[in-house]
Amino acid sequence: MSGYAEGIVVLLCINAIAAMGVSLLTGFTGIFSLGHAAYMALGAYTTAILTVQHGVHFLPAIMLGACVAVAVAFFIGIPTLKLMGDYYAIASIGLGEAIRLILENWQSVTRGARGYPGIDNYTTLPVALAFVVIMGIFMFNLINSRFGRACKACRDDHVAASLLGFNTARIRVASLMISAFYCGVAGALLGGFLSFIQPVMFDMMKSTELTAVVVFGGLGSMSGCLLGTAVITLVTELFRPISQFRMLIYGAVLVIIMVLRPEGIMGNRELLSWIKDPFGRRSK
Amino acid sequence: MSAFFELSGVTKNFGGVRAVDNMTFAIEKGELAGLMGPNGAGKTTIFNLVTGVYGVDCGTITFKGEDLARFKTYGIVHKGISRTFQNLRLFQRSSVVENVMTAAQHGIPYTFAEGMTHLGRWRRKEKEIKAKSMELLERVGLADRANQAAGTLPYGHQRRLEIARALALDPELLLLDEPAAGMNAEEVISLNALIRDLHRDFELTILVIEHHMDLIMEICPHIVCMNFGAKIAEGTPDEIQGHPEVLKAYLGEEEEE
Repeated sequence: MSGYAEGIVVLLCINAIAAMGVSLLTGFTGIFSLGHAAYMALGAYTTAILTVQHGVHFLPAIMLGACVAVAVAFFIGIPTLKLMGDYYAIASIGLGEAIRLILENWQSVTRGARGYPGIDNYTTLPVALAFVVIMGIFMFNLINSRFGRACKACRDDHVAASLLGFNTARIRVASLMISAFYCGVAGALLGGFLSFIQPVMFDMMKSTELTAVVVFGGLGSMSGCLLGTAVITLVTELFRPISQFRMLIYGAVLVIIMVLRPEGIMGNRELLSWIKDPFGRRSK
Repeated sequence: MSAFFELSGVTKNFGGVRAVDNMTFAIEKGELAGLMGPNGAGKTTIFNLVTGVYGVDCGTITFKGEDLARFKTYGIVHKGISRTFQNLRLFQRSSVVENVMTAAQHGIPYTFAEGMTHLGRWRRKEKEIKAKSMELLERVGLADRANQAAGTLPYGHQRRLEIARALALDPELLLLDEPAAGMNAEEVISLNALIRDLHRDFELTILVIEHHMDLIMEICPHIVCMNFGAKIAEGTPDEIQGHPEVLKAYLGEEEEE
């Protein structure tokens, strides 16, 4: 495989991991986020600093990076997710911007806006594939377990969920923390892939892209978010030669999908059930 | 010795409106009791107070000797009280069986790690959860519709599904909020039979809200009647039927010359 094609596959894996995280939170737990790039940034910078300055092996460094993202998610989630409604979405915008500004201005640690160079190229194709497969299996298992049903209950009707014995605040925070873990790993892998990270890579645009991919793939469909990631990543890559029109096409694709299939590519169904029963006759 | 389930002096105000006014009654274990009253009398508010959706302003609600005010909504459920809703609150997009499984999973636990890896007890416990759910669906007569999306069920069936879901929590006290609302006469008859059967077979204590007098008179030996948030009568169906306050609430007052 050529280096370029390999690069696209690695990027696809990284985006897929982040998208699965956001899908769990937005698609399955019903919480919108506009700041998930912040968790990617935390994972990326923590891993970069640990590997470059402290000589830590990249695997434990990625885990620690993801854990930092989880810890931040916990502290931001506790006050905002106890409330129902879109408080977390608002707080996440603030979080995203705050993290980006801290990274830009904490020169002594993050080297500021010029970015953090010289990260080991640890995200090779096998590493990226291994991560996406293992984390994918865990995620698909999770949504098909008691935790997945609890998340969906909170999403569909939080009053009914709490009257069915679910501590909805706890489930929402847990879902956010898992989602932050996935995004933290994705960020860490991105650093190892590009060997250079910069605060501006984790701005509001990246956050909205993450959420857009999930909505695009279908809220409540894990395979849908993977499909959405593939489409969006490939569209942006295929049109790189005409780079000035790239974002225009990206926008057009989003609009077309939202007009033709407002429930997203997959709706709330999974690929497997769709293959078995393409028109949903059995569920009618 | 306090009663199995008891409200004493319960009061709830919404702004200037007194929705529940000094409500006191008790239910013994194993009773099939009814709470009736005209629309807007505050019946559903009482259920919401019992299940912790609202906090009480005054008075106490005790269940098996414990004051429920100390518990959150989800804690009260685990104490053994579950309920259905007057305006259905099913998970519309999920399948019928998944709705019941969501409740049934509490009694059949496995760890988060087992859920993530699908190793260990996952397969066995998920099977148990599903089997228990199917059994309950069988009881309410919805087993053949298990894989349908809950939102596509006819109204009467959605009510039955709510009952199955509430039963999946293994309650000791079951609160049914207008289970017959929107049902035709035939459906009401089979619902009556169902409630009686469940009461007997699961050794449940049941409190039913209804504003239809005939339904409640038929199945409940113990009836509390309320109007404007306050209790106006309590007793057996015969006592209630002839009670002047009840007649006044339902039929209006005779005009004096």
